[in-house]
Amino acid sequence: MTPFTTHRGLIATLDRANVDTDQIIPKQFLKLIGRTGFGEHLFQDWRYLPDGKPNPDFALNAERFKGASIVVTRNNFGCGSSREHAVWALQQYGFHVVIAPWVMRGATRVPAFADIFKTNASKNALLTVELAAAEVEEIFQMVGRTPRLAATVDLDKQRVVLHLDEELAFHFEMDPAVKERLTRGLDDIGITLKHEQAISAFEARHDPQLFATPS
Amino acid sequence: MAKTLFEKIWDRHVVATLPDGMALLYIDRHLVHEVTSPQAFEGLRLSGRTVRRPALTFATMDHNVPTDDRTIIRDPISKAQMEALQKNCAEFGITLYGLDSDRQGIVHIIGPELGLTLPGTTVVCGDSHTSTHGAFGVLAFGIGTSEVEHVLATQCLLQKRPQTCKVEFTGRPVPPVSAKDLILKLIGTIGTAGGTGYVFEYCGEAIRALSMEARMTICNMSIEAGARAGLIAPDETTFQYLADGKRPFAPQGRAFEKAVAFWKTLPSDADATFDRTIRINATDVAPQVTWGTNPGMVVDVTGRVPAPDEVAGYSRQDVEHALQYMGLQPGTRMTDITIDVVFIGSCTNARIEDLRIVANTLKGRKVHPKVRVLIVPGSQSVRQQAEAEGLDRTFREAGCEWRHAGCSMCLGMNPDQLQSGERCASTSNRNFEGRQGKGGRTHLVSPEMAAATAIAGHFVDIRSWKP
Repeated sequence: MTPFTTHRGLIATLDRANVDTDQIIPKQFLKLIGRTGFGEHLFQDWRYLPDGKPNPDFALNAERFKGASIVVTRNNFGCGSSREHAVWALQQYGFHVVIAPWVMRGATRVPAFADIFKTNASKNALLTVELAAAEVEEIFQMVGRTPRLAATVDLDKQRVVLHLDEELAFHFEMDPAVKERLTRGLDDIGITLKHEQAISAFEARHDPQLFATPS
Repeated sequence: MAKTLFEKIWDRHVVATLPDGMALLYIDRHLVHEVTSPQAFEGLRLSGRTVRRPALTFATMDHNVPTDDRTIIRDPISKAQMEALQKNCAEFGITLYGLDSDRQGIVHIIGPELGLTLPGTTVVCGDSHTSTHGAFGVLAFGIGTSEVEHVLATQCLLQKRPQTCKVEFTGRPVPPVSAKDLILKLIGTIGTAGGTGYVFEYCGEAIRALSMEARMTICNMSIEAGARAGLIAPDETTFQYLADGKRPFAPQGRAFEKAVAFWKTLPSDADATFDRTIRINATDVAPQVTWGTNPGMVVDVTGRVPAPDEVAGYSRQDVEHALQYMGLQPGTRMTDITIDVVFIGSCTNARIEDLRIVANTLKGRKVHPKVRVLIVPGSQSVRQQAEAEGLDRTFREAGCEWRHAGCSMCLGMNPDQLQSGERCASTSNRNFEGRQGKGGRTHLVSPEMAAATAIAGHFVDIRSWKP
């Protein structure tokens, strides 16, 4: 995996909550058996009109977001299907970072990203940054007010810095295990295979078939 | 120390705890289908790795398969994907239940049927509805393609331990309110991200009273509440399901008795603690119908389409988008919404009990002349059983299309799709925009609601409806 350390790029905003992976990459593109060719179909149904022309009402088609590599969106991004193709599509379109807010629902803190999406992103070095709702709202406001606003996302310092006249910085939390893998670009399978002895020892005492001999 | 069902399963599968706190978790069963696996097999080839335990890996084809004529796959890209699975299974020595098998079907339906899903084990699959298997007291969750490759290569996964949430359904639902209504009610209550980061354990009188198939319906939609897994403690209902003699991979004879003794140790200890508890009174639950574009946008069938500013947990804009896509006006009675298509199928509701319920409603009646009804069994075994019981005749006589097994119109990767603007009452699990076909409008309901809607042409309150 390519390591993720810092990234500087243009910010785009996508003002939708509960964006599911069916929207990110619709099913007809899941038939491909390779890992490429997904970027041009990112958000296909929102992005293009029935005649195939870009939909002028879709946020990411805006001229001012051309070349954006950081997308800021709303809560529960990536919910639904486990399709990793959603991550590949975001990356192949050009995104390196997705920023979304956690929110409170009653007494429960609802994470910014759906579980499976977040795991899939971490396996491909697409950085998912979780901020408070008020902070994300502030970024939305700033992007709305400032043409071609750029940001630097520093994984080591766990900081997002908006490059305004006066820099505006936000700290974000990050699981240390995920951070370590991302910054060093570690291969999970490689890590696991170093525990080969432990796996073999486990297998010697563990019966996954629960006494069953398949008939 | 007192442990929950989840903790008991988790603890007995931890191979090692890494210095960074991640657990290396052993996977007992790995289920594979054609859509999320080709890149994983390709990854193995590129890195010169192999499948560690091919005997613990089982594959089927479900997402792409045609459900009318199975001998012709018209879409060359679908065909290539299915052929890739065949080739990969042959190359790596994995058992495949392909189109030529009379046990082929939706991966989450055939796992339990074959006895691959056993209490106390871990099951994963590159598919979010893997949570279905939790109905047996299994830690089962969906994974992405990178993790599929990881399991193929190592039979393990690196996992962070999730939090636990007890979901208690008190009282009993009043028939015809079903498992589908209970789970939709939960999702409507906590939202589609309400369970993110948690593993659910469903319990309470209502859950105990459910059949295995109904329990699978509940666990199946855990992911729709954001929970990667949802478990139900095994009990006599579970043991009876596994003892029926038709499940080749379940323990038999003496081995079965040993297994039952182990399974009886699995339920959560009385004094075990959960990170969070949710209670829902099952007796109060009415038949549910979704009105929006995610499963949390749901109301009682007696309710109305909400106004943009009156839905808890959704912004005005969220609701406006959903209503615009769904072509609905606030204040419309749910029972006034007319339907073009009824889809009965999917890993949520395409088992034999679901089909019996549908047949019971359809028997001796005709579907509404303006409604097209597609009935797609979850597996070829379900199809054979339904035909042995004569259900297929009831379906055909009522005017329904009776198909072969597959995911079909749940996500429309095969030719079974909604046309733009068509409105569908569906027994599936997701009402996302375009899920059943670009521009298609999905309302999630139970099988009995779907069958009644097929006859009436609009939603009805099945508690008082007379055909």
